[in-house]
Amino acid sequence: REVRGAAREGRGGPGGGMDTPSAAGLGGADPQLQRFIEVETQKQRFQQLVHQMTELCWEKCMDKPGPKLDSRAETCFVNCVERFIDTSQFILNRLEQTQKSKSAFSESLSD
Amino acid sequence: MESSFGSDFGSDFGSGAGGGGKLDPGLIMEQVKVQIAVANAQELLQRMTDKCFRKCIGQSGGALDNSEQKCIAMCMDRYMDSWNTVSRAYNSRLQRERANM
Repeated sequence: REVRGAAREGRGGPGGGMDTPSAAGLGGADPQLQRFIEVETQKQRFQQLVHQMTELCWEKCMDKPGPKLDSRAETCFVNCVERFIDTSQFILNRLEQTQKSKSAFSESLSD
Repeated sequence: MESSFGSDFGSDFGSGAGGGGKLDPGLIMEQVKVQIAVANAQELLQRMTDKCFRKCIGQSGGALDNSEQKCIAMCMDRYMDSWNTVSRAYNSRLQRERANM
């Protein structure tokens, strides 16, 4: 169910923040606390990414701050978010691929 | 976004529960939520200040003049608009991804 790409980070992903590998260790045996931690961690990942993308896309999309956000800037922000997620997914996928081909290669060498 | 900057975080967890020092998970969860909200507000403020300083303040004079103040005010509003736009766009994308699975 986990969304791929930018929403999957938790190992040194952008912003640091609450990188909880699994909620099982925290909250002990209490399922309510465990659930709470899972939900809040997920929410925080989302928030962190919004902070990060807003900062990045501001540089690309905002020229001079005016009395309102015009439609051109708004479109720019939306596209910027989509491209950022695409970039993140692309990087993860390609990394996976290069790791696979590397390990296949080194396996055939190790004997 | 909560603006509960005045909350006291030094409260003793044990004192909220009824008997014998047993921790109340509900209380802990509420306090954690508040702390998270504050952290997010601080993050937002920090980045907004950075961006608006860059956009609005040229060669630093002796004080913030009128035009600089107007610029900062507009910049703050635009930054919030941008943040909300990004949040919506990201949320849409996540929902689309989930629908495709």
